Amino acid sequence: MNTPELRQEIERLIASGDAAAASRSLAELWAQDASASSASFVTARFEELRAKLDLRPYRLAILRSYTVEPLIPMLRAAAFVAGIDLTVQLSEFNAYVQEIVDPGSQLYPFQPDAVILAVQTRDLAPDLWRDFSHMSGEQAQSTSSRVIADFRSWVRSFRTHSQAHLIVHNFEQPAFPSRGLLDDQSSSSQHKEIERINRELCGLAAENAGVYVLDYDALVARHGRLQWHDERKWLTVRLPMAAQNTHHLVKEWQRFLHPLTGKVAKALVVDLDNTLWGGVIGEDGMNGIKLGGEYPGAAYQELQRALLDLHQRGILLAICSKNNIEDAQEALRNHPGMLLTPKHFAAQRINWTDKAQNLREIAKELNIGVDALAFLDDNPIERQQVRSQLPEVCVIDLPTDPMMFARIVRECPVFERLTLSAEDQQRGTYYQAQRERDELEQTITSREDFYRSLQQEAEIAPLTKATLTRISQLANKTNQFNLTTRRYTEAQLLEMVASGQFHCFSLRVKDRFGDNGLVGVAITRDSADVCQIDTLLMSCRVIGRTVETAFLSFLAGHARKSGARRLEGWFLPTQKNAPAKDFYPLHGFAILKEDSAGALWSLDLDEKSLPCPEWVRITVLNGDLQ
Amino acid sequence: MTSPVFERVRGIAADVLQVSASQITPQSSPDTIGNWDSVHHLNLILALEQEFDTQFDPEEIDKMTSIERILEVVGGKVQQG
Repeated sequence: MNTPELRQEIERLIASGDAAAASRSLAELWAQDASASSASFVTARFEELRAKLDLRPYRLAILRSYTVEPLIPMLRAAAFVAGIDLTVQLSEFNAYVQEIVDPGSQLYPFQPDAVILAVQTRDLAPDLWRDFSHMSGEQAQSTSSRVIADFRSWVRSFRTHSQAHLIVHNFEQPAFPSRGLLDDQSSSSQHKEIERINRELCGLAAENAGVYVLDYDALVARHGRLQWHDERKWLTVRLPMAAQNTHHLVKEWQRFLHPLTGKVAKALVVDLDNTLWGGVIGEDGMNGIKLGGEYPGAAYQELQRALLDLHQRGILLAICSKNNIEDAQEALRNHPGMLLTPKHFAAQRINWTDKAQNLREIAKELNIGVDALAFLDDNPIERQQVRSQLPEVCVIDLPTDPMMFARIVRECPVFERLTLSAEDQQRGTYYQAQRERDELEQTITSREDFYRSLQQEAEIAPLTKATLTRISQLANKTNQFNLTTRRYTEAQLLEMVASGQFHCFSLRVKDRFGDNGLVGVAITRDSADVCQIDTLLMSCRVIGRTVETAFLSFLAGHARKSGARRLEGWFLPTQKNAPAKDFYPLHGFAILKEDSAGALWSLDLDEKSLPCPEWVRITVLNGDLQ
Repeated sequence: MTSPVFERVRGIAADVLQVSASQITPQSSPDTIGNWDSVHHLNLILALEQEFDTQFDPEEIDKMTSIERILEVVGGKVQQG
């Protein structure tokens, strides 16, 4: 459908009350035309529909030294399409220092979830930008040191008032250094001085949980320094980029928004023919398909390289292809141009059934929601079929030119991560071990024999610096086996533990097939004679093997030791946590009260015991924080 | 006036100023449309630059104070292009 027709269709769907279909058509419109004028149309329509849609509210404050107003409708439109209802607060021009330092400024009462600090070299270090050739080496260094010290003190100040995420734009390089070619030949160089600031900003982000760098310099470079600016716009309205480039900065912000709001894909399902290689394996055969280091096969290798990078980032790969399984397997195993091998794929559906059905099965096999899948297929008809039958899947549109494929995947914001734990990098092998476990389960008839044969070890430890990232990650993305679905940032977790009121434990599970990694989190709130479980969650891949009972048994022991006579816990139902619904009653808890939010369960520790299953061995480690 | 350029400008102005297309006439200006403040004016200019793939001079932007005057400037650009 072309744009005017699509707009009429959207108006018709809104009038008929079909919010879900209207929302899908708005997404289609935005995919076709992400312009400033569509942005206003799309945001206005979503504002009408928001009450009927399940959108994630998110509050973003932007502190800035330049005009960003025209970008906001575009950012909000992109967010709406991704299922995020974004409220944006803009600071006054150049008021960012006051906003950060003054607890009474408009920033903190707004209670932002995230804050963007959009400043640039020419505002924060005008002498480095403009007057570099007049400066001595010492002057230049002292300027950049001052800038870095400022940033350090702002971050410190920000953290005393807010636990929000903070995204800092780094410093742009000039298109023409003041000293021309001499710049890179000298020991004191403008380029190196700005680079030093950017390196220090990365260090600052690494030292402070929840602080991230947006590589503004790389963004400008990617789109061409000389194409980026419209100097007249800067001089007249303080907009530091041409109208044609506004959406590039919006996209860059959006790349942060997805991991921050959890709107990410955990698995990417790929097609084979004309996607992973050129041509059709069943017709062209091993020697006929295009795949290798030279043109035209190199385009497909580039895509495979991009997929390998996702695999390293902890994103699962799966295959969904209409093919004869023997033909496809032969190419996957033995084609010399393949960079991906069968071991990189956590699930495979190579058959002739429809792809929507296959995707449902893949999600089930991988123990993730259908909404955690992304789908990559060169065939627009397959994409349309998946879009219409499974609107929650992130369908990636590929252009006809395979040379573009890798770039499209690399630009896709649902694959962005802001932190990476050891578990993420190992995820592929966990799924391989899981397949072996399933095979064992089928050969053993009694469940107890199966549990015993697994030789499970549960390693429980208090929150440590090393596990903080993973614990916060689990708290933010675990939906199914999660009793309360409370989301905590790294900074919040540290603050809770430091208060002494809360205890936070992680659970790592090993068995004869390998290490499952850190897969469970519990947070307790200890008061005089009650220990309340604030948070209890576990990754679905270890549920059903009784380690959840072992973990709860440990918590009962912890409660007893701290003098409690009751262990309590809420079950707060969501659309996704049905698997955890009967967890407390199954372990002997009695209901204490029930309200619209959920039910509070309680176990009398004087009367009841909660033994650990004999086939799970528990080890308790010491922490470095509590 | 129903030239193709007018229709494109009208569509963009209606989106950006959040009014229906029928409310946009050549005589429309910040005086006749309540939403048309300075922020919306900048948004409108940028949306037009995107749509017509051009960059307006500050002098031209100063002149663009009504739909009719926007059409004069945009019309000149489209003919040149």
